[in-house]
Amino acid sequence: MRYDSPLAAVGNTPLVRLPRLSPSDDVRIWAKLEDRNPTGSIKDRPALHMIEQAEKDGRLTPGCTILEPTSGNTGISLAMAAKLKGYRIVCVMPENTSSERRELLAMWGAEIISSPAAGGSNTAVRVAKELSAEHPDWVMLYQYGNPDNAGAHYATTGPEILSDLPSITHFVAGLGTTGTLMGVGRYLREHKPDVKIVAAEPRYDDLVYGLRNLDEGFVPELYDEAVLTTRFSVGSQDAVTRTRELLQQEGIFAGVSTGAALHAAIGVARKAQAAGESADVAFVVADGGWKYLSTGIYTAPSTDAAVEALHGQLWA
Amino acid sequence: MAIEVRIPTILRTYTDGAKAVEGSGDTLAALFTDLESRHAGIQARLVEEGQLRRFVNVYLNDEDVRFLDGITTKLTDGDSITILPAVAGGMA
Repeated sequence: MRYDSPLAAVGNTPLVRLPRLSPSDDVRIWAKLEDRNPTGSIKDRPALHMIEQAEKDGRLTPGCTILEPTSGNTGISLAMAAKLKGYRIVCVMPENTSSERRELLAMWGAEIISSPAAGGSNTAVRVAKELSAEHPDWVMLYQYGNPDNAGAHYATTGPEILSDLPSITHFVAGLGTTGTLMGVGRYLREHKPDVKIVAAEPRYDDLVYGLRNLDEGFVPELYDEAVLTTRFSVGSQDAVTRTRELLQQEGIFAGVSTGAALHAAIGVARKAQAAGESADVAFVVADGGWKYLSTGIYTAPSTDAAVEALHGQLWA
Repeated sequence: MAIEVRIPTILRTYTDGAKAVEGSGDTLAALFTDLESRHAGIQARLVEEGQLRRFVNVYLNDEDVRFLDGITTKLTDGDSITILPAVAGGMA
């Protein structure tokens, strides 16, 4: 494959069958390797699309400052594109995210404003909204509410998956901004009305949820419950277990949120198997494991030790 | 009929700090009413006008009850219920 520039090489990622983790020859699990994007995560798709659409609309012009709340990947994708296109970028990121993410953002020249660990991404969103109000000239692309986030997946990720796997029965992805599930889900539904769209939502430990207020919760503006078939909450234990299985049994080195998506994928696959149905379950490998190496989860002697290592961190 | 209910930090003021409590009921609504009898005030934090509050997520054996039957979801002995605040999560 040949492209005119590094930014043009976003997308067109491989879809690989997982022969060992699939329950049978009739119930197959497929991994969409989104770590093969230029900055190493699925977020290159929405980041680039949001920037390009904002340029088209005239919201983003030369010399502008981009502002974004991010737990890492979207910020890294935006920072890379901003570097190449000559924008200044300010990222608001929870303080309890891995050091690799900070290094990567700094490497692309992003300025990082840390938001308190308590409240996690909810707090990062609130802080970014406050900064946006203080600096009306800054351009907040706002991945949680920007239709171009879901639009990127509707235009690219969805068509790629359907083209590679016309027999798809289930699509499984992590639930964050909800952009992947909304975009791919809508596209697949239009072409395969019976397809099941399954969300895997990370469930952190108490330290992360600690001070979160039930009356001031956060639901991304992009989220439309009607697109989903169902939604699973996946705890650190299951996410880490699956991340390690994916590495050891299939040789795929993925981030922890991918383990959560895989856990849900295996769950729906086994359900199909038990019902005597055949199934093609596609799930998203959102990023590689590189940014999580410092947690020690890949080499920990046991899953329990790995889970302990992850305690209190935003792993997805 | 015993159902384990995992309580988020923010609601543990109603459970004397307990992370998990047991309850009973053949639906989620009945379970919440049962919890209210021992943990006064908790029901109003979860339910408003007969529906789950917007920023409250409830999971039956890890599956979001909004995709089952919501507050009327049927429960059976040995089920596990997890209550969590809605969050911005994922790999954003």
